[in-house]
Amino acid sequence: MTHGSAHAHEAGAGAHRTSMGLDSRKMAFWAFIGSECLLFGSLISTYLVYKGRSLTGPFPHEILNIPFTSFSTFDLLMSSLAMVLALAAVQRGDMKQGKLWLLVTALLGLVFLAGQFWEFSHFVREGLGLTTNLFGSTFYVLTGTHGAHVTVGVIWLLTLWVQALRGKLGPANAMTVEITGLYWHFVDVVWIVIFTVVYLIQ
Amino acid sequence: MSEQAHATTATYLRIAAILVMITLIEVGVFYVPTFQALLVPILLVLSAVKFTLVVMFYMHLKFDNRFFAFLFGGPLLLGVAVVVSLLFIFYGAVRLRTGT
Amino acid sequence: MKTWLTTTDHKRIGLLYFWTAFGFFLIGGLEALIIRAQLARPDGGLGVSAETFNQLFTMHGTTMVFLALMPLSAAFFNFMIPLQIGARDVAFPRLNAFSYWVFLLGGLFLNASFIAGPLFGADRLSVAPDAGWFGYENLTSRQFSPGPNVDFWLLGLQILGIASLAAGFNFIVTILNMRAPGMRMLRLPPFTWMTLITQFLVITAFPVITVALVLLMFDRFFGTHFFVPQGGGDPILWQHLFWMFGHPEVYILILPAMGIVSEVLPTFSKKPLFGYTVVVYSGVVIAFLGWSVWSHHMFSSGLGPIADSVFAGTTMLIAIPTGVKIFNWIGTLWGGQIRFTTSLLFAVGFIAMFIIGGLSGVSHASAPSDLQQTDTYYVVAHIHYVLFGGTILGLFAGMYYWWPKMTGRLLSESLGKVHFWLTMIGMNLAFFPMHFSGLLGMPRRIYTYSSELGVTGFNQASTIGAFLIGLATLVFVWNLLRTRWQPISAPHNPWGGATLEWAIPSPPPVYNFTVIPTVESRMPLWQTERHAPMRPLPERPPAPIHVPGGSWWPLITATGLPVMAIGALSHVIPVVLAGAAVVIVGIYRWAYEPFEM
Repeated sequence: MTHGSAHAHEAGAGAHRTSMGLDSRKMAFWAFIGSECLLFGSLISTYLVYKGRSLTGPFPHEILNIPFTSFSTFDLLMSSLAMVLALAAVQRGDMKQGKLWLLVTALLGLVFLAGQFWEFSHFVREGLGLTTNLFGSTFYVLTGTHGAHVTVGVIWLLTLWVQALRGKLGPANAMTVEITGLYWHFVDVVWIVIFTVVYLIQ
Repeated sequence: MSEQAHATTATYLRIAAILVMITLIEVGVFYVPTFQALLVPILLVLSAVKFTLVVMFYMHLKFDNRFFAFLFGGPLLLGVAVVVSLLFIFYGAVRLRTGT
Repeated sequence: MKTWLTTTDHKRIGLLYFWTAFGFFLIGGLEALIIRAQLARPDGGLGVSAETFNQLFTMHGTTMVFLALMPLSAAFFNFMIPLQIGARDVAFPRLNAFSYWVFLLGGLFLNASFIAGPLFGADRLSVAPDAGWFGYENLTSRQFSPGPNVDFWLLGLQILGIASLAAGFNFIVTILNMRAPGMRMLRLPPFTWMTLITQFLVITAFPVITVALVLLMFDRFFGTHFFVPQGGGDPILWQHLFWMFGHPEVYILILPAMGIVSEVLPTFSKKPLFGYTVVVYSGVVIAFLGWSVWSHHMFSSGLGPIADSVFAGTTMLIAIPTGVKIFNWIGTLWGGQIRFTTSLLFAVGFIAMFIIGGLSGVSHASAPSDLQQTDTYYVVAHIHYVLFGGTILGLFAGMYYWWPKMTGRLLSESLGKVHFWLTMIGMNLAFFPMHFSGLLGMPRRIYTYSSELGVTGFNQASTIGAFLIGLATLVFVWNLLRTRWQPISAPHNPWGGATLEWAIPSPPPVYNFTVIPTVESRMPLWQTERHAPMRPLPERPPAPIHVPGGSWWPLITATGLPVMAIGALSHVIPVVLAGAAVVIVGIYRWAYEPFEM
């Protein structure tokens, strides 16, 4: 997934000679996000097809914690805000703000991950393991895949932040930050869907 | 980078406020018994609005080249179609098996 | 040697794809010959055990689909697409190298299962995948397949999926964004168009199989019950997910061959492709409809009358754009100055055989008749008419057409004609009788049959046909090798083709074009009503052209993936982590390596 940032040099020439006038890395990344729609679409299908088909408990309404997850949702929405502010700062060359907001985005991502860790371990204590029932399996695989995406995003953001600290990230790399942002916001919108489909519609 | 000229920090903050408000409404609707019958459609619409806001403003699709919207929207619609048709097929097959 | 390991040149990667995929094609063909030899006699045949037979047909199908046909198409994508659109390379040269190495290592990993038995305390030839190329549940559950066989299959496919996805993004961007000036979308050569459509199918279909394989992996490694009825799971969900990938995959296999045929026919008829725009749009329609028909593979699973009718209807609809293409190809030949080269023969053979395969396909589309055909040799006949009669004949047409461009050497036309006729006789003798043996009730995937079934004669004909195909392939191999021993140099444009790849030397220089051409018509090298042929490009580049150096990181990053798979296979977590570390380090070094286009 960090491939996005990988082509910084490769497609550098792309900017001035592409037939659509669009950045090649950005185009590849949008195609990648399109592809990810089918990945999450398949996982969400699996979750929904197996909804209500668990043979034993715990069942979703017994265990899902709406107030806590609402906070996680809020946290991820705020991280998206921080991300657009980071991009805007880098684009106008304000690296001080850029560094700050990149770090804030990554930290909010970490808060989300910590929340997910707490939620998972809490569920396991309540008796819902990966193999307990179909709800457990579909829930952990769907939210776990999302969590893995968040983890990759946090590592990616921290990489950019370190680059910025070392003075190697400037307005010239705005496209790299923009692509990171696309990834981050996509992970956010996937969570918007999961929050509704898994947590609120029980 | 000119494509982002349309969105300002103020816009971003306004969008964030709307997103938080919708989330609060979603959670509120969840807890109010009156809405139970309409819960599913209300929640689906609200989350679709949130989804659209993030994609349009934070991912800049509203201002960016329309080809990106195609690259994202095509597979997205396909993904939604997959979810919906699988649900139809599975719930249809279950009805068939149980004879209801 | 080092320059090949680190290469990012699309032409070298294309040749690597070609030879690797052709090697796997020979292995898959060998598996088919053992299968056919076993079935030449009823009641136990040659004595191949049921267990071995299961591995042979599973690996035959998996190899042909994922390790031979897809990557042979990829060989042409790699070599030809940048040339056809007038570019110096693909959009992401290192990602391209990465795709190749992942494909190679994934293929080796899958085939290693044939000899890996002793590592698992079993015999040789006992741990290869054995649950069929579509890996139906419950055959693949830990309960019914406790050994590593299915693990090899699911991990191998997962690795190969990464290669296909990476190539998918790369070629979409290459075709859309790297075109020469004036190369508008509706001036793209039809092969490039079909490639573009194929890549959209790849990036949408492969995530679905990825998820299906992840769920299967959780079932087998961590004890979940996604597909296990005892835990409430539904094996039918596997079938849905598999075929949601599997049916677009069928078009991933056939569309590139359709593209090749659409290049070959105009060249050897000296006529523009009849209804170019319609050919392009019907390709788009086929891809779109290809996503809406998956359940026709599952009529016998009891979907109910509504789903059956919907999927029967959408399936029959696909016959329309496909028929449109067939009429366009015939229209291209009509009234043309036809030169019966080997390439043209294969292209015409493609049309004829694909019609037969298409018609038996329409007969499966009808749910009631499909119920008679499911899991019989009739379906085997169908898939071989479309995938051998279609894809492989199309690929052979492409090999004869582009071999001079790829190597600078001409293939022998007389050997080519022997190859063609042996192939045609062999394939019809092998696959046509399968329609009958299937309708008479011979099930597919069974290691033997009873002489009382009355299908012995049909099976013997199929076996003779299969060995004729084997012989034909040997003739082709000899033809290929002969170009090394007795080279006949090819000129720039040996066939009088109209597209940009024929404007440059054979084989092309590393920078492809001395000057990036400006395109003014759909057939730049031909005289058309409104356009004169493009002026020849200068022999030497007017200014030095910077060619990117190689990179080790695609290969190194790719190496991490099979290491992870080996760790998962043997349940040794540190090995998985070591593989993951290689991937992560590889990605970082790749990202921060100076690499100029």
